[in-house]
Amino acid sequence: MEYETVIGLEVHAQLLTQSKVFCGCSTKFGAAPNSNTCPICLGMPGVLPVLNKKVVEYAMKMGLATHCRINRGCSFARKNYFYPDLPKGYQISQYADPLAEHGYVEIDINGGKKTIGITRIHMEEDAGKLLHDEHNSYVDLNRTGVPLIEIVSEPDIRGAEEAAAYLKGLHEILVYLEICDGNMEEGSFRCDANVSIRPKGDKGFGTRTELKNMNSFRNVQRALEYEIKRQQYILEGGGEVLQETRLWDDGQGVTHSMRGKEDAHDYRYFPDPDLVPVVISDDWIEEVRKGFPELPMEKRERFIRDYQIPAYDAGVLTSSRALADYYEEVARLSGKPKIAGNWVMGDVLKLLNEEKRDVKTCSILPASLAEMIRLIEAGTISGKMAKEVIEEMYRTGKPPKAIIEEKGMVQITDEGELTEIITRVIEANPTQAAQYREGKEKVFGFFVGQVMKATQGKANPRLINDLLKRRLSE
Amino acid sequence: MELNQTTIHELQEKIRTGETTSVEIVQAVFNRIDAVEGVVHAYIALMRDSALEEAKRADLNIREGKIRALTGIPVALKDIFCTRGFRTTCGSRILYNYVPPYDATVVEKLRESGAVFVGKTNMDEFAMGSSTETSFFGITRNPWDLERIPGGSSGGSAAAVAADECIASLGSDTGGSIRQPAALCGVVGMKPTYGRVSRFGLIAFASSLDQIGPFTRDVEDCAIMMNVIAGYDPKESTSVPIEVPDYREYLSRGIEGWTVGIPKEYFIEGIDPEVLTAVQNTIKVIEESGGRCIEISLPHTEYCLAVYYIVAPAEASSNLARYDGVKYGFRSGAGNVQDLLTMYKKTRSESFGAEVKRRIMLGTYVLSSGYYDAYYKKASKVRALIKRDFDEAFKLCDVIVTPASPTPAFKIGEKTDDPLQMYLSDIFTISANLAGIPGISVPCGFTRSGLPLGVQFLSGPFEEGKLIQIAAAYEKNAKIERRRPNL
Ligand SMILES: [Zn+2]
Repeated sequence: MEYETVIGLEVHAQLLTQSKVFCGCSTKFGAAPNSNTCPICLGMPGVLPVLNKKVVEYAMKMGLATHCRINRGCSFARKNYFYPDLPKGYQISQYADPLAEHGYVEIDINGGKKTIGITRIHMEEDAGKLLHDEHNSYVDLNRTGVPLIEIVSEPDIRGAEEAAAYLKGLHEILVYLEICDGNMEEGSFRCDANVSIRPKGDKGFGTRTELKNMNSFRNVQRALEYEIKRQQYILEGGGEVLQETRLWDDGQGVTHSMRGKEDAHDYRYFPDPDLVPVVISDDWIEEVRKGFPELPMEKRERFIRDYQIPAYDAGVLTSSRALADYYEEVARLSGKPKIAGNWVMGDVLKLLNEEKRDVKTCSILPASLAEMIRLIEAGTISGKMAKEVIEEMYRTGKPPKAIIEEKGMVQITDEGELTEIITRVIEANPTQAAQYREGKEKVFGFFVGQVMKATQGKANPRLINDLLKRRLSE
Repeated sequence: MELNQTTIHELQEKIRTGETTSVEIVQAVFNRIDAVEGVVHAYIALMRDSALEEAKRADLNIREGKIRALTGIPVALKDIFCTRGFRTTCGSRILYNYVPPYDATVVEKLRESGAVFVGKTNMDEFAMGSSTETSFFGITRNPWDLERIPGGSSGGSAAAVAADECIASLGSDTGGSIRQPAALCGVVGMKPTYGRVSRFGLIAFASSLDQIGPFTRDVEDCAIMMNVIAGYDPKESTSVPIEVPDYREYLSRGIEGWTVGIPKEYFIEGIDPEVLTAVQNTIKVIEESGGRCIEISLPHTEYCLAVYYIVAPAEASSNLARYDGVKYGFRSGAGNVQDLLTMYKKTRSESFGAEVKRRIMLGTYVLSSGYYDAYYKKASKVRALIKRDFDEAFKLCDVIVTPASPTPAFKIGEKTDDPLQMYLSDIFTISANLAGIPGISVPCGFTRSGLPLGVQFLSGPFEEGKLIQIAAAYEKNAKIERRRPNL
């Protein structure tokens, strides 16, 4: 039987606010355990939460970017459960009235576009974490109260590949909006998946499992692929998929059961009486919208349209806001968007990737790269020389002209000088010259190479072409 | 009259004129405590040393002319308010050793106004009770009859004022926990509008109902205390940013031309005949003072108790989840835990009392999936109707008058085995918490056997001034005999 996969994703993104959602503590990652805490986030008796307005604004940004309806009134609820990393015995989240609902994200898949619905986006506080050694467990509450948004998708995703594309799409938007650093290893961007399969064509849903503990895009895709196969195998064997929570084991490459439906939590949600409903005015929404950057999808389309670059290039160049800004600056200053794209995608990214550096810290200034492109266009240096120049620019941060001068890299554009060299080369290779004159055009390349060698690559290739042709046909 | 039997305003006068000092007052208070605390047991903990230090500092300030609203006045705090560096137990074993690293906002405000803290008063565990019998630290006795309860849950704070073991005190009122013990101990007690006084640092019982208020010997003192504790607090989201009037200005205004509502639903069967007579006398005094009494209706009154015993336990079950033995307070078999779940279960089983457990279970039940709609959600809807009843009533009258408690103080142990009987003690006070409106309980006489009785006035939200106004007018014109308990 042919099966169809149904996936819904719950993504948690940590918001990049300076302070926590209900107190003034720092959200900085990596501080000494429990140093970023106060009585409020420690949940001490008698303390009360006060909502950080920035959290609402950041969450609203994501809602607007994903075409959600922003609810004019939203409220907080308590999600009750016991765990040592949850100091109050409940997590403040949103339940009945989330901030944003009914949105969507467009993804590129199989050369086409697909829309994945977003059920809701809500704000909540993070829990702390437990550290274990051989004998003891320790609680670190630095992360407690760090603001999160949970983005819940509709069950519109039909496979592991689509899931990965959707996740990358969300990730890109969050990072573009500068509301989340997107760091999956530090847990700033994490995802749980609900997976089920059904016979193709069926409308109903199969029994789903919930997958947790996937901390990279690759993990998500692998875990989903594994889980889909596992469910297929069970169904084909006449078995039944159990509703349960399963953990992805990266080392083994398998998912295994964490808890069954029987011990699923009853969170006993109810409106948090310590927090008043958040009232969101049209003016506030407009204000948030005003500070909105161009989003990746729009940018991509504009790049294709305005710069006449291939869709693939546009995709690479808009993969981060910083890279897109960098590229645009080079394109604008050089006036050669296509060529600028090639340099940025090729050499610049290669150099950065080798050192795992971000384009924000790139020592090649856009102006320098643009200048280099102009120097090539003007014939001052050859493309081959440029490869050396760009590496030097990357290493030293110097502008191209300075490097060219220092290294004496100026192209030989003097016709007289080049003619002399060409004449010498032809004289040294009479056999090949004769072959060319007999019609063996292939030999031409040999001569170009020889001239380049004789000039240590400094000759202008176009000039070589012209002069060689002229001299050889004499 | 002894210094410890005096009102705040009388003491302020004596302090200002140099007739006495804060140190003398504080000493008088501690002398009284030494004499009667052994039988009354109003306090969980005393702050003897720091109180004398504070009194000395107050006297220094007085000599320099730096007198604030409560400079040098000994005040007691219900042990539900967090006090920086001083043990705060909430009447529970689970917090028997808890020392908060911060002050509640009301404590901070009292400190800033120069008050001297006498100690932390006894209370029903986590404020759950109407008799102060559920405290882990033992029961408090009613100073008027040591065989009887002082009311609850702020029984310690009420008894401390009634027994002259402090000049004024603070309590908290979730369903009547200030007004009912005030009535049963013969003192003035006010529950302000929800949002009027910051709850920051008040150990939560039911967050949407809890409110902090004063116990005092007379209405003027109540106004003085309210001036100190009322006001917006940025540390609390439900705190309301509206201006606080000077409540003393309402003391002498009288109630000429006022309409006073008498809700017919509050005069039910089971109400003690002496209570009834006292309230009828109150109505007479109001009319003699220029008020016109009319019958009004609060049609959803019969649901108040049911709604309260869904909403309050629901919130309590969540608020009390943090007491799990992980971070502070009592932990069963400390350091010797088999597994996490066992530690949770043992800790909570061994350190919560029966009433707290009852409410946690009730609250957990009404919030659990499948029951939420039938209980919590429905209760919330009825609560809105109860509030609307009051909105409608206050279109017809300025204030409402009701008994504060259906009976005088009952005997210790009389109702402890029958929670429903106990819950009925708050029947006249609960509605104000559900509606968020303010209420005041004022002494209105004594039973033939000499037990104090109280009458309750209710007003619209943020109209505490009106309550002070009618309470002061009543106090002046009723001329209730000023007796002292025979201790
Ligand atoms: Zn904090």
